[in-house]
Amino acid sequence: MLDKAIKGSPQYWSWVIFLLALMGVGFGCYLYQWFEGLRITGMSRDVSWGFYIGQLTYFVGVAASGVMVVLPYYLHDYKAFGRITILGEFLAVASIVMCGLFVMVDLGNLPRMLNIMIYPNPTSILFWDMIVLNVYMLLNLVIGWNVLSAERKGVGYQKWVKVLIYISIPWAFSIHTVTAFLYAGLPGRHYWLTAIMAARFLSSAFCSGPALLILLALIVRRFTSFDPGKEQIRTLGGIVAYAMIINVFFFLLEMFTAFYSQIPGHMHSIVYLFRGLDGYDRLVPWMWTAAFFALVALVLLIVPATRRRQDILAVACASVIISTWIDKGFGLVIGGFVPNPFERVFEYWPTVPEIFISVGVWATGFFILTVLYKIVVSIKEEVAVS
Amino acid sequence: MMGMDRRKFLKIAGLSAMMGLGGKAAFELLAPGELEASLKELPLTEGKKWGMVVDMTKMNEAIMDRCIEACHTLHNVPNLGNPKEEIKWIWKETYEHTFPGQHHEYVSEEYHGRNFLLLCNHCTNPPCCRVCPTKATWKRDDGVVMMDQHRCIGCRFCMAACPYGVRSFNWGDPRKAPAALNPGFPTNMDYPTRSKGVVEKCNFCAERIAKGQLPACVEAANSVKPHTLVFGDLDDPTSEPRKSLREHYTIRRKPELGSGPNVYYII
Repeated sequence: MLDKAIKGSPQYWSWVIFLLALMGVGFGCYLYQWFEGLRITGMSRDVSWGFYIGQLTYFVGVAASGVMVVLPYYLHDYKAFGRITILGEFLAVASIVMCGLFVMVDLGNLPRMLNIMIYPNPTSILFWDMIVLNVYMLLNLVIGWNVLSAERKGVGYQKWVKVLIYISIPWAFSIHTVTAFLYAGLPGRHYWLTAIMAARFLSSAFCSGPALLILLALIVRRFTSFDPGKEQIRTLGGIVAYAMIINVFFFLLEMFTAFYSQIPGHMHSIVYLFRGLDGYDRLVPWMWTAAFFALVALVLLIVPATRRRQDILAVACASVIISTWIDKGFGLVIGGFVPNPFERVFEYWPTVPEIFISVGVWATGFFILTVLYKIVVSIKEEVAVS
Repeated sequence: MMGMDRRKFLKIAGLSAMMGLGGKAAFELLAPGELEASLKELPLTEGKKWGMVVDMTKMNEAIMDRCIEACHTLHNVPNLGNPKEEIKWIWKETYEHTFPGQHHEYVSEEYHGRNFLLLCNHCTNPPCCRVCPTKATWKRDDGVVMMDQHRCIGCRFCMAACPYGVRSFNWGDPRKAPAALNPGFPTNMDYPTRSKGVVEKCNFCAERIAKGQLPACVEAANSVKPHTLVFGDLDDPTSEPRKSLREHYTIRRKPELGSGPNVYYII
């Protein structure tokens, strides 16, 4: 089926070359980091994780959200989603590749990476995260590939694939739960030390992932003859709406606990993010941007008249993505480190090479996504013709 | 080395280094019984729970500076001249930032803004060891929270997990530290320098304990004023730190987190 990826329009090829160029720029910057060390990033002794780990967290969510199309189809027999489960599964694959790369570029000593498997520490959540992420990627790749090739041949997929599909559903929840546990079990990091972290992660994943999927479906419709379907997009819109409401609700629960209890440690990070602490307020405009887009998204998603218009739904989805990306891909990680264990404030801001390395990783993810979606679309077109 | 645990290996490695023996001779040490017998002669290596008491009633700025100097010279801790990349094993921090939960606006003048000496707490229940994905940091049977810079992958999970901010990361290559700020670096040819991309921290002078010597900071402080830093086995009721803990009221950093810090401060 890979042959489908090397036959495409000039438009397809220019997009692929554009992504390859970005990957090249990212790789060049990574070489610089390789020789100089992570000192070329904005990270420091006090904010020891930054943009890379934030992106890891965000894209684990996008990957997990594939289950939002798989679950209704396979568990509730919601037939309409049969058309797009493959899009969700392959989005998950591309996202996990990005997650893996974001971890790799963040490591101080990449060649020793396999020490995680050679000297595994079962009490380390990072060890388990590595396992659940890799298995989830394999599950989605194997499932997606087999279902698609069966569709191409006009036959049903084999029984064992169904078993994997059933396993993949709880597995999706597990990857984001385990990722939340990376943060939620650390003593002394008050912003992260919250029992609702995994629930927050899942809710933000289940709005941001399907929002991205809707945008991708609209792009696929625009540039190919495969239509993911009106009903499919409308149902996804409903999922995004519910998940975003729950996401914002969970966030407000955090606010209540912090500010009603008035426990300084619980309030400090939030104050830093939204008002600034000790005169440091670099993230404040960003967090209010996130809040603004969350509000826009909520209004557009809750009002049925706006949610059901596809152009407005696209705006709502973009708003969800901007809002959740700032909150989870940036504010969450940095907020956890500010103030530091001495209650001093040291700020973080990503450097240019750090951003370009991240762009390189995104480009790699979108390259894989493009190739996989190209195969899907070509086969869907082929099946439709025959 | 099959079948030999890590601690035993390190004991032997430390011991053979102490005796100035080469690789070949080290294997001769493996004769059964001989090793245990030789360790018996080193009382300081017998500890089950190393800990320290910092007597702030005796401590002053000059002593703290000497401690820092002694430690960082001994362990080749570079001065990178940039707070963002700072590496420190032992350092000074003000009362209100050392004990953020204890501070209040009416704190005595004596303690307001006063510096404390900070180092790894060698916790009884260390969160850093719990989170390390490769066991590159682990708790030894004698209580030292140890760090293997040759196994560390540089994920920095331990830095997020440590509630005391005692861990430093080599953001760049420490061997390229500015020469002007680091005369004679590496200052101690008997202790390894680190490579870029790994985490490091205070090791309670494990290499000195193995030789029956007190940690460098303790030696430095007590050479100025005896009993300023009291080091010993907290598991032994007759030890110096236990005696000190019996006689004085002490506080620890963030005991409410359950990590069980083993550095105590006499206020």
